[in-house]
Formats: sequence, structure tokens, C-alpha cells
Amino acid sequence: MKISREDVEYVAALARLELTEQETQEYTEQLNSILDYAAMLERLDTSDVVPTAHAVPLHNILREDQVRPSINHEKALRNAPDGEEGFFRVPKIV
Amino acid sequence: MATGDIEKSVSELHELLAHKDISSTELTQTYIDRIHNLEPDLQAYLTVLEDQALAQAAVVDRKIAQGGVLSSLEGIPMAMKDNMCTEGVRTSCGSKMLENFTPPYNATVTDRLQAAGTILLGKLNMDEFAMGSSTENSYFAKTRNPWDLEYVPGGSSGGAAVAVAADEAGFSLGSDTGGSIRQPAAFCGVVGMKPTYGAVSRYGLIAYASSLDQIGPLTKNVRDNALVMNAIAGHDLLDSTSVPFEKPDYTKFLVNDIKGLKIGIPREYYGEGIDPEVAKGIQSGIQTLIDLGAEVSECSLPHTEYAIPAYYLIATAEASSNLARYDGVRYGYRAESEDVLGMFKTTRSEGFGPEVKRRIMLGTYALSSGYYDAYYLKAQKVRTLIKQDFDQAFEEFDVLLSPTAPTPAFKFGEKSANPLAMYLSDITTVPINLAGIPAISIPAGFVNGLPIGMQLMGKAFAEGMLYRVAYTFEQNTNYHTLKPSMSREVLARGSR
Repeated sequence: MKISREDVEYVAALARLELTEQETQEYTEQLNSILDYAAMLERLDTSDVVPTAHAVPLHNILREDQVRPSINHEKALRNAPDGEEGFFRVPKIV
Repeated sequence: MATGDIEKSVSELHELLAHKDISSTELTQTYIDRIHNLEPDLQAYLTVLEDQALAQAAVVDRKIAQGGVLSSLEGIPMAMKDNMCTEGVRTSCGSKMLENFTPPYNATVTDRLQAAGTILLGKLNMDEFAMGSSTENSYFAKTRNPWDLEYVPGGSSGGAAVAVAADEAGFSLGSDTGGSIRQPAAFCGVVGMKPTYGAVSRYGLIAYASSLDQIGPLTKNVRDNALVMNAIAGHDLLDSTSVPFEKPDYTKFLVNDIKGLKIGIPREYYGEGIDPEVAKGIQSGIQTLIDLGAEVSECSLPHTEYAIPAYYLIATAEASSNLARYDGVRYGYRAESEDVLGMFKTTRSEGFGPEVKRRIMLGTYALSSGYYDAYYLKAQKVRTLIKQDFDQAFEEFDVLLSPTAPTPAFKFGEKSANPLAMYLSDITTVPINLAGIPAISIPAGFVNGLPIGMQLMGKAFAEGMLYRVAYTFEQNTNYHTLKPSMSREVLARGSR
């Protein structure tokens, strides 16, 4: 087993997910089976291989800094679950 | 409008419109009626835009009445997968998280299809956040395969494939991160193109895995596919990964001639798990191409077996990052809670379905401190090796050919209990996304009454070459003209 229950709970906290008991158990089993399978990558010697982040590499995509029309305040906030006076509202933070 | 018109291709419908044999309003109404007839069985649509579609059609009809000349897609009813933003029209991504999300802007593809004068019939069902191979992961509906309602349509663009296969739309747009256009196209017997990464703008496409996602057309035949690519491809300033390339007229490649073209058959695509009947069907397709003058020989893409683990590590890592934005603050679902951290956690736990959470978990793990090098970085290096395999093969071959999927469509529930088994069925499609190259799936026969697809792969930006081979194959076979029997019955019912 590569991943313990505790690992799954730790990763869930990182991902801001709250798992049920059943989910924790299922994901522990399933992530282990997936990562066991992924262990085949270790068979490849990649010490001299450069990683690929994008298949078609583009560098420094620049454009003129011109003012263009953009979404207005009202539209941008229209999908907010909770908002007031042009702000997003969230529960207490501190 | 004659009963059979709804089965016609985009280019045939264009002729009818241009010659005033039908109006765009009549055509649109016929599609809407058909959607009403078929949807109780198929559930391809999440949103149907009846009034908006008829209003758009009326605009085209006014232009025709005034003697205007129609461009090739003008007045043609189509539909889009529900992960492409449509201003003022809900875009749910198949998720509870975005059940009530109405985008304040259009995706670039939406703008381009609008500019081309197409009629948007509605938004199509999909696996939640495009994660899945059967559309069973949709929060909203179970889309059925029109060839046999007991079978899945494939995924994640299941609704997009079904809408075209069952003539509920003239064409559709899907998105493909690891096969999500090609595999459902194969399962439903339609043509599906995954363009080169960067050929079609991703602006306004809700992200799953940004370095792999690409939008492309699903159509009834190869010519239609080229016509839609003409409308949607091309550089876009709003997507910094969009590539500035000289966009050809893709219809120029539609020639019935493949004499002397070199076609490679990668032997690794015929590994364990491939249905012998599928292999036989593809073999007969290969023979057709040989008879038409192609030079076919076997080749090797030696790192193919590593593509699945590399893909699932890279895709989930990118997904875990992309989906971090769903926190209940700016848009989407929110669960109430006393404090902000509790709100984030409850929102995400209630808003995402099981497969999405599984992939976020895997991706977060692969990126987490101490495992980054072993999983994510390793996968990116293997991605380089997979890309090099293709580079080498294309020094010798014009196109590579394989089955689009190792099996025909499977039954509901058959694979949903075992995520790894579902992932393994993507072996023939994910290497293409890792390499960023284009690939098309075309109808190539039937196994037990279910369609199978032939996949053609090309060099980056060689979509034209794929269209040429696909078109030649199509001109010399009749698979693309066959229709699901179920749709004929309903067609007869609808026309009484």
C-alpha cells in the first residue's frame, strides 16, 4: 500500500474536500490501485529526458497593453452566491 | 420539408437553404420537433433553446428573402457541449457545482459559430467537468446510445455524439482531453476531430486539463467536419496557448485520392484488451485503404503503454489546480457554513461528484510535497518520450491508423465500479493528447450492431492530411450513411 488512510485525509484537507467515512475508504483503495499501476513509469530511465509541459511550446506571449472593453461590475457579480454593493460576501474569516 | 431532410449533411442542407427549398425556420423547427420526440429516450440535451433558435433562424431567413448569399454554415442548426460558455445561456459542465451558472461572456468558438450564422439549438450532456468515458458521470442525465439504448454513448462528449448520430443537430462541438470527442464519435458512428493543440481557441472552454484540452467538431461526414473546422480554427488573442498558424481552407483537402500515401499501423495499439472483432473490422478498413493505393506497414510507438499512467497523473494534476477555483465565492454552488474554510470544504464536497473528487484527490497527491518529482515530473518526462515516438513515426509515415477504441460501446454500469478499468480503455486515445497532435475518428463498421471507429493520427497542424485520408475512405465505404434503426422508427412516428 502506497497510500494510507491518513495520507488520504491529509490530501483531502489540501484539496479542501470533506470526505465521508465511505469515501475515505474507497479513495484509499482506488488511489492505491491507480498508483500501483502508475508505478510502471519507474521502469523508464528518464534521467536525461527534458519534461514536456506543453506539446506545442510557446514562449513569452506578449501583446500591446491596450485598453479594451471588458465585463462590467454588475455582470461579473451576477453569478455570485452572495454579494453586496459590488463585493462578494463570504462567511467570517477571522 | 421532406421527411428525410433531417438526415442530410450540413453541405446538403446548405444547398436546400441556398435554393430556397426550405427556410432556416422550417429546418430549425424540424430539429426542435425531433428533439422533443427523441429526448425522452436519448437525453442528449441539457438545455434546449427553442425560442432563441427560431429567432436566429428568422434572421437568416430575412437575409435569404433579401437575396443575400449564405455562407456554408449559415442557417444550420447545431449544438454545443455544455462546457463551452454561452452568454446568457446556462453552462453547467454536467455538474451540480455549475447548475445555475450563466456565463457573462461567450467562448471564442461560440462567437465564431455565431458569426458564421449558425443556429444554436442547445447545450449537450457530458461527464461532469469532462471527466469520464461514458457520460455516466453527468450530474443531470443518463445519455443513451441511439444504436442500442442499453449502451453508453461514450464520453465525455456523449451528448455531442448522440445529437449528431440521431439527427438532433446538424453538427456539434465537443472537447477532447484524452479521447472525449473521438471515443463517443466511434461509439455513435459519427465523425469526430480532435484538432492539434492550439489550433482552436480554448477561451471560454471550462478547463479540465489545460495542456491537453482541445475543442473540435462532431459531424455526419468528413466534409461537414472540414467546414466546421474552417469556422472555428485559428489564432485567438484571448487564448495565450493558441498558436498563430496559417489556417488553410480545410475543404481543399477533400480529394478522393490516397495513392502513394504512407500509413503506419502502430502495433502497440493492438495490445491486450482489444476486442478481436474490432481488430478485424479495422483490418478490413486497412485493406480498403491498401486497395485504394495507400502504402501500409506496421510500425512501433514503443512508449504507448506508459501513456495511461502519464496521462492520468498530468490530467489530474492540472485538474486539481483548475478546479481549485470552485470555492463558492464568485460563482457556482455554495453551501452555507459558519466560517470560510468550512464553506469551502462543504461547497466542494457537495458540489462535485465522485469521479471529479477522485481526480482532484489523485492530482493533489501527485503535486503534493515529496511526491511531485516521483509522479508529476516523471509523467512530464514520459510525455516527452511519447511525443518523440510520434515524431519518429512521422518521419516515415504521412498518417498513423488504429482503432479509435479497443471495444464498441459498453453497457451502463459495466465499468463504472472500477475506475482503473475505465481509464485503461483510453489507451488508443490519450497518447495523442499528450503529443498534442490531431486525430480523427471515422465510422469503420459494426460489431454486434454497434458502430466502431477508425482513428487517423497526423503531424501537428496536418488536419488537412487526415481529412484527405478520411474523405477517401468515406467515399469508398457506406458506414457513415447508416442510421440507428431506432431513429428511423421515431422519424416515422414524428412524421405522421
